[in-house]
Parts: sequence; C-alpha cells; structure tokens
Amino acid sequence: MGGIWVVGGIAPDGALARISTEVATLARSLAGAAGTEATGVVVAADPAPAAEELARYLPRVLAVADSDADPGVHAWAVIAAERIAGLVEADADGGPNLLLMGADPDGRDVAGTLAGLLGWGVLANATGAAWDDGPRIEMSVFGGKLLTTSGFTGPKGIGTVRQTVVTAEPAATAGAVEQVAAAGERRLPAVRVVERVAEAGAAAPIEEAKIIVAGGRGVGGPDGFRLVEELAGALGGAVGASRAAVDSGWIPYAQQIGQTGKIVKPQLYLALGISGAIQHKVGMQTAGTIVAVNRDPDAPIAEFADLVVVGDLFAVAPAILAELRSRSG
Amino acid sequence: MLRLVVLVKPVPDPASAAERLLPDGRLDRSAAPAVINGNDEYALEAALKLVEAHGGEIAIVTMAAPVGTETMRKALAMGATRGVLVSDDALAGSDTLSTTRVLAAALRDLEYDLVLAGADTSDAGAGVVHAGIAALLGLPYCSYAARIEPDEASRTVRVRRLSPTGYDLLEAPMPALVVCTQALGEPRYPSLKGIMAARTKEVVTRSLADLGFADGSVGGAVSTTALLDTRPPAARAATRVVREAPDEAARQVVDFLAERRLI
Repeated sequence: MGGIWVVGGIAPDGALARISTEVATLARSLAGAAGTEATGVVVAADPAPAAEELARYLPRVLAVADSDADPGVHAWAVIAAERIAGLVEADADGGPNLLLMGADPDGRDVAGTLAGLLGWGVLANATGAAWDDGPRIEMSVFGGKLLTTSGFTGPKGIGTVRQTVVTAEPAATAGAVEQVAAAGERRLPAVRVVERVAEAGAAAPIEEAKIIVAGGRGVGGPDGFRLVEELAGALGGAVGASRAAVDSGWIPYAQQIGQTGKIVKPQLYLALGISGAIQHKVGMQTAGTIVAVNRDPDAPIAEFADLVVVGDLFAVAPAILAELRSRSG
Repeated sequence: MLRLVVLVKPVPDPASAAERLLPDGRLDRSAAPAVINGNDEYALEAALKLVEAHGGEIAIVTMAAPVGTETMRKALAMGATRGVLVSDDALAGSDTLSTTRVLAAALRDLEYDLVLAGADTSDAGAGVVHAGIAALLGLPYCSYAARIEPDEASRTVRVRRLSPTGYDLLEAPMPALVVCTQALGEPRYPSLKGIMAARTKEVVTRSLADLGFADGSVGGAVSTTALLDTRPPAARAATRVVREAPDEAARQVVDFLAERRLI
C-alpha cells in the first residue's frame, strides 16, 4: 500500500481526538510532498463518528469495528494497535511507510505497542515534519536547547506528533470511509476499565488552550489560585501550574506544565509567581508570547519571557484584571 | 509478598543544562552528571511504598554503560533490593526498538508480579519503550498511573490511569506492566543507612550474549533511526522589563497584549 497512515485517537465521548485532526493535516501535506497518499485508520467499538470526522481531513479512512475497543470498557490503545498491526500484516505491500499519531498518552501507547508488534523504529514528539526522500522529523531535545532532524534508516517507521504543531485544516473535499474487517486474532491481554471517574473541577485540557495563565510557588496557596483562575477567565484562557504548586496540593496534577507534566504551546503564556526553572521551561518555552510577573528580577523566567513585570503578583494581577475589565467595559 | 521490577535509566541531569550530543549524534554522557530519570524515581518510590505495605522485593533493571552502576547505587540506597545492569559496547547508540527488545529480554529472566516504568525520560523522552516491552512479553499494560493497588489474593492489580477529565480505574491480572507518573508521590531521599546498605547489594551485569542476542541483532549498528541535522532554536527577542507601580505596570501589560492582538 505504501503511503502514510494516520491513527485516529478516540476521545472519552467516542468522538475523534482533536490532536488527530492536526496529525491528519500534517500527514496530508507530507503525502503531497512525497507524491503519495495519506489514509486514516480508526479502531473503535463504533468507529463511524470518529472515522467520518477524520475523513474531513483525509481522502480515505479505514474504519475497523472491534467491540472490545470501547474506551469505557477496555484500555483502548493496545487493542487499537493490535488491530492496526493486523491490517499492516494483512496488506499485500506491508502497509504504509509511515504510521503517524499524536504524542498524547493514547498515541504514545499505540506507537509503543505498534513498534513492539511490527519491529519498526519510532521518532517521537515531532515538533515538525517534512519530506525529502523519506520523512524528516524535527524534534526538540535537552529542554529545547537543541532542534534535531531525524529520519528512518529503513523504508518504514512510526512517528508521534506533539499537540499544536500544525493548525488543523479540513481538506477541500471530504474523503471516503471504508469499513474494513479486522484481520487476524488479537493476542495481547485486554485491560478492563472498571470505572471512569470524572473529577470535580477538571478544567479544560491545557494542551489545547490558546491562552494559559499559570501559577507557581509565588502564588502562595489555593486561595492565590483564585486570582490565577480569575485572570484566566478574564482572558478566556486555561489555568496551568508549575510543579511546586502541584506538589503543594494547590491544584491538580492534570494542570502541571513542564518536564514531568504537560508540554504546551499557547499563543500567550502568563506566568504568575513562577521562577522558570529548566524543568518548567521545557513545558512552555515555545509559547508565542510569554509574560511573567515575578518579585525577583533575577528569576530564570526573566531571561526568556517577552515581558516581565518586576513586582508583587498580588498587586499586579488584580491591576491587570481591572485594566482588562475597564477596556472591555 | 510482591516481586517488583523497576526500569531505571541514568540520564544527564536536566538541571545541569549541560547536555550535549557527540559529533556522531549520540548523547555525550560525560557532559553532565548522570541522575536517575525523574519519572523512574516516581516508579521506584511507588515500588518502595508497595513493598512497605505488602512486603516483597524490588529488582531494578538498567540498560547503560558500565558507569550506570553509579546511578543504580542511588536506587539501591533508596531501598531497592538488587540490580541487573545490561551493558554491552554494541548497545551504544541504541534506538527505542533495540532498547525495547533488550529490556524485554532482561525481564524474561526474572520473576515478578509487576514491572514499573517511568512515563518517559528527560533525555530522549519518546515514552514508547514500556508499551513495546508489554507487547513483546504479552503483559497487561496499564499506563499513566496515579495509583497502584495490587491484590495478592486475586492476583490482580487496580490502576488509576490519568484521563483528560479525571481517571479510568483499570483492572488487570498480574504479572502486569504499569507506567508511573509524578501523581504517585514524591520520591524519598536515601538515608545514610540506605547508602551504607547499598554498597553491598547485588548488582549483576549481563551482556547481549548472556541475553541470547546474536551479534549485530540489536544496538547502535542496527538503529532504525538516524540523526541528520541539528541546530539551535531561534532566539527569542530581548525581554522587556517593567518596573513601574502596579497600575502603570498593568496598563503596559494590557497594551502589550493588545499590540500583539492577544486580547
């Protein structure tokens, strides 16, 4: 078959994961440059909704129904990966030359499982991709100090793509969805989901936010985060945090940005009381604009922010709120 | 009694900001001091708490150059029982596929109820090796754990897997592979007693031949990926520093956001 396959991720509600629309947009441009075809693959108990959405971006989408691949019943990624490996092995041409998916938790799980099953190499967390006699994957390493371009030594490989690397754009004409029968037997154990728990106050996913207001140690406590939330609300943004704030229990781990948290690339990153140590910088340094409020003019964040207000965030943040309100009123 | 294995990778200390590549594109491991990869420390801490609650032992498995034993000593000082170092000159420059195959082979020689691994590493950071190991060994795979609750009577483990809106409660038979996150809790510091005890704990070294690999079947020579080019990222523009009183500073911030069409 050759070409590029895009693995469609499944959101908790059964719809297509948003990151897959970005990966599909990237795959379409790579396929154009390579003179090949980009094809979507969706594995789910009911693949129709996600497959139809993915077909807005790609000329052809393969929909594989597997009743076990319901994220409310089983951990989805391993089942999806086995089904995709089955399609690759059943294909007369050995499947695509490049398998692309998001670098979100499900995408990483699918990529790793596929690598084990197919014996293909992985280039992970792409921050860009081009085609020059094969895929050229750009990655950011060492906390963003270095950009690398890598390729595969053989004809086939797997890539995972970070969030917001490209802006999702539907194709001019929608593609066709083909129902494809699952090939072969699944052999890996399916892990049962006993319960799905939504935690109170779970905020909008910060990876998708265009504006993030984040708080760190300087915010001082859970009450200080009210101020962060208020400013985020006024700017129409999401709330993020440094590890220090998460470790102190002021805000859930889901909101943590940095080395052991999430990597974000919003248009605006407003940091309140965050020193900007390397572990945090890794997670947000590619933001379009970085504004920081910090008492310490020598904080590391002052070296890479676009604008730094040296001052007390408890005085400056309310003043920014008031200024925003007076202009919008 | 739980038999646990924790996968531990030595990485250049990210806090040193001294990481660099050699001219051939491999990581220069002499450029920065090696530390236990951050997410692996969470896995080790989770393992230590499980052994405190259930009894048992922890083997750490590391694939690294011989100098990797130094990092393993810290894991042993934190409380791990023993170590297995897979080390072989042919492994320099290994890709994720070779790493996956070698660690899977090392695990085949061990008996365990759970394998714990960190969500990703701070050097290469692909975050795909653990899923590949589970696929090669046919282990139930529970990723992005915020809580791990084994039940020895039923030989099952329950894992809270972080989801975008909360968590999914997974249940799998043991043995299983669990991917660990920071949500499991802060790693402890080694005690003086732990450091003393670590000196005499057993660390066995296995070569590729010991694990049954034929020459040239894994390692840098058969890497599936190749580094083609490196460059520094585009420098950010100079920082504008605002030191005015809050009201004036706020006005300047909002003007700045308006100029950039962010509000």
